[in-house]
Amino acid sequence: MDNNKIKQHISRQFNEEMEDIRNKVLAMGGLVEQQVDLATKAFMGYDMENAETVVKQDQLINEFEKDIDHECTEIMARRQPAAFDLRMIISTIKIITDLERIGDEAARIARMTLRLDASEYHQDKYYEIEHLLELVKDMLNGALDAYARTDIDEVVEITEQDFKVDREYTSITRQLITQMMENPRNITRALDMLWTARALERIGDHACNICEHVIYMVKGKDVRHVSREELKKTVKTL
Amino acid sequence: MTTANQRTHGINLGALQREDKTAPAHELETCIKIENLDLYYSGKQALHGINMEMARKKVTAYIGPSGCGKSTLLRCINRMNDLVDGVTIKGKILLENEDIYDKSVKVADLRRRVGMVFQKPNPFPKSIYENVAYGLRIQGVNDRQLLDEVVEKSLRGAALWDEVKHRLNDNALGMSGGQQQRLVIARAIAIEPEVILLDEPASALDPISTLKIEELINELKDKYTIIIVTHNMQQAARVSDFTAFMYMGELIEFGETSELFTNPTKKQTEDYITGRYG
Repeated sequence: MDNNKIKQHISRQFNEEMEDIRNKVLAMGGLVEQQVDLATKAFMGYDMENAETVVKQDQLINEFEKDIDHECTEIMARRQPAAFDLRMIISTIKIITDLERIGDEAARIARMTLRLDASEYHQDKYYEIEHLLELVKDMLNGALDAYARTDIDEVVEITEQDFKVDREYTSITRQLITQMMENPRNITRALDMLWTARALERIGDHACNICEHVIYMVKGKDVRHVSREELKKTVKTL
Repeated sequence: MTTANQRTHGINLGALQREDKTAPAHELETCIKIENLDLYYSGKQALHGINMEMARKKVTAYIGPSGCGKSTLLRCINRMNDLVDGVTIKGKILLENEDIYDKSVKVADLRRRVGMVFQKPNPFPKSIYENVAYGLRIQGVNDRQLLDEVVEKSLRGAALWDEVKHRLNDNALGMSGGQQQRLVIARAIAIEPEVILLDEPASALDPISTLKIEELINELKDKYTIIIVTHNMQQAARVSDFTAFMYMGELIEFGETSELFTNPTKKQTEDYITGRYG
């Protein structure tokens, strides 16, 4: 499908309003992606400057959420949208809630980084966390892309990726427990790592939620709270 | 070439009954069934193979752009099109399983069973009381007590009683547009029809009067099967249980209102209800 769906109204003003909402969601999404990346890298690299930037920028995300919410409310009041338009507005309201929560997770990682003690910082690489970061960034990017293109072709793949994220998270947890048992001095750092991994895992869940909202927006089918297999089966029939 | 069967838009009332557990079973029985209905105005086809079933004691709305045939279809249901020269109708309309176009059907009897209200309120230049009593009077009822009862009941049914009970003998033409429209509805229900056809009943009214009419429709569906033609899609969405979207004389989509307005199956329906270029 197409962006044209937004642009085909007889009322040009309505087209502009819908387009504006879509652009703002994508801008918000872009900022959120950047925050996740920056926060995780700041944590891994003990980069206080970037961590502070993330904390500061979280306010922008909150503003985006309020602004888009307001515009959606206004469209509902003034235009009484129906069918795709209605579903787009409803989905957008839900998607930005997920985006805002992703922003909160990033800010949480950043705040934790700011509390780190220099003595705890190790130069060691944590490839698993980096891998996890790449996975969830990919999911988030795909989800936003699906929203932008009003296209659900790839959403099943994205939700499948969440399975990998969960697996990676479990494996990280196991490793960290081993490290903690091996040397209690590792505990503080290991716990920080665990929180970061946990935040990334949650971000993956939010990306999945966004995919579900996009499916509702495009096809009008509510696929929340169903198993992966069921979701796959339903999307195939759409 | 589409066959009549492929064009059938009959809602499977049996299936709905099983799904909709909150609705008593009897509410989802077929009241009116339209089969392969074609209509021609002087040889020019205005309705193409319409097939649909309308549920008893439910509100069905017809929506669609001007000239799509929704009013024509509505007028077929009480044979108002008989009054138009050059109209030819093929197919069947069954009211409670009886073909209303059968030769044995008396049109006056049919119109008693299927009442109609038009866009512009058309009260008679008589008193409020006589307007409502009119249907009974022409049936030869003159018993004052009975007439009083029916007038009060009908005016109450049309949510008008409290506003007019002290001035029943005033001329109906002195009422406001919204009141006149409710008076016309009271006149229609005084003879206890089975079906009420409403052709743009609120399009000449202000928003508050419109809401009163909509509220009234909601109350009336406990007793009557209602079919409403409206240009106002939000109105269709608010008042109806089922909605039919028509375009160029064809029934494009017919389904539950909640579904049709959130997730229509046909692109033409979607374009129309969302205000897009078709």
